[in-house]
Amino acid sequence: MLTILALASVILLGIVPQQSEAIVIYTGWERHALVGSDIRLSCSFFSWRWTSDDVTFSWSYRPDGARDAISVFHYTGGAPYVDNKGPFRDRLEFVGNPGRRDGSILLKNLDYGDNGTFTCDAKNPPDIVGRASSVRLLVFEKVPIQAGVITGSIIGAVLGLLLLIVVIYYLMRFLVARRVFNLSVSKHGKKGKGKEGSQQRQPWRPPPVTCLPLTS
Amino acid sequence: MLLILLAVLILHLIILVLLFVSTIANAWTVGGTKNTDLWYSCLTTKGGYHCSSASNEDWIQAVQALMVLSVLFCLFSLVFFMCQLFTLVKGGRFFFTAVFQILASLFVMCGAIIYTVMRPDGEEDAAFGFAYILAWVSFPLCLVSGLIYIVLRKRE
Repeated sequence: MLTILALASVILLGIVPQQSEAIVIYTGWERHALVGSDIRLSCSFFSWRWTSDDVTFSWSYRPDGARDAISVFHYTGGAPYVDNKGPFRDRLEFVGNPGRRDGSILLKNLDYGDNGTFTCDAKNPPDIVGRASSVRLLVFEKVPIQAGVITGSIIGAVLGLLLLIVVIYYLMRFLVARRVFNLSVSKHGKKGKGKEGSQQRQPWRPPPVTCLPLTS
Repeated sequence: MLLILLAVLILHLIILVLLFVSTIANAWTVGGTKNTDLWYSCLTTKGGYHCSSASNEDWIQAVQALMVLSVLFCLFSLVFFMCQLFTLVKGGRFFFTAVFQILASLFVMCGAIIYTVMRPDGEEDAAFGFAYILAWVSFPLCLVSGLIYIVLRKRE
């Protein structure tokens, strides 16, 4: 009994620190942008530890078709260092908030040559074991419609229309049955669906009787 | 009477299966090492089977939507057929079922036509695959089935 307890506690102690030592980084998967526009590439992380003062963010860029990546941004010791020699000089700006675990950057005035993969790597000492996350940037002249948007909207529209027709049908049936919806009968006796309608009833008057003297 | 009912039901199920297979199978256009369909375009090279999502173009999304809708409507008409079989008055006709079935056939027709017209040309030895043929086959079957439902009367 005691040995089982000891074994269990050892296993738990072995698992928990391992879990708390992995940092998980989130960026987008793909970003589409128009030529000449600005884009914000977001990067945030999840870590079991408190955000330390030595948190670092670093972005690197690998152009499409190239094999190597170059580093374009680094945040460390509380100060951001942007690219001042590479392809993004004067076009990169740090818009993140490291205190809130946000290490996003802003790229200005995009060009076709900016197509490529951006990788964000964040470290939160002592939480340093983690996998960097990449986001792919695609620069278009005209942003195409995302896959599945038209599909989804056509299917949604048709099913929505169907639902609407069914709802209206049952609503009409319900209202007519409840006699709320009264297709009123006019005085000329035109046939309608309502029950009594709003017929005006004249008070019954006996037919006029003319007194004729009895001729004998 | 029971025989007719069974035959109609089996026809409906066959149509449903055809539509399903046609929508899902990856063989609308085949040619050599490449086969494409509504959802993926796959290339079988020496290394293996490389697939990428079908293009983002508008027309292929419309075809996707129409094929999915036709499967859904066929399914709905089957459900309504089952319902109406038990709730319809004697001598009544299966109008509800027929409407959905005919709509399903129209959607398949529209989808197949759009695909035929807008298919990217210029591929050497690119022939139409079996899924495309199934779509065209299921269109008249579906239409005939819908018309049968209009004519069919419920007898006790």
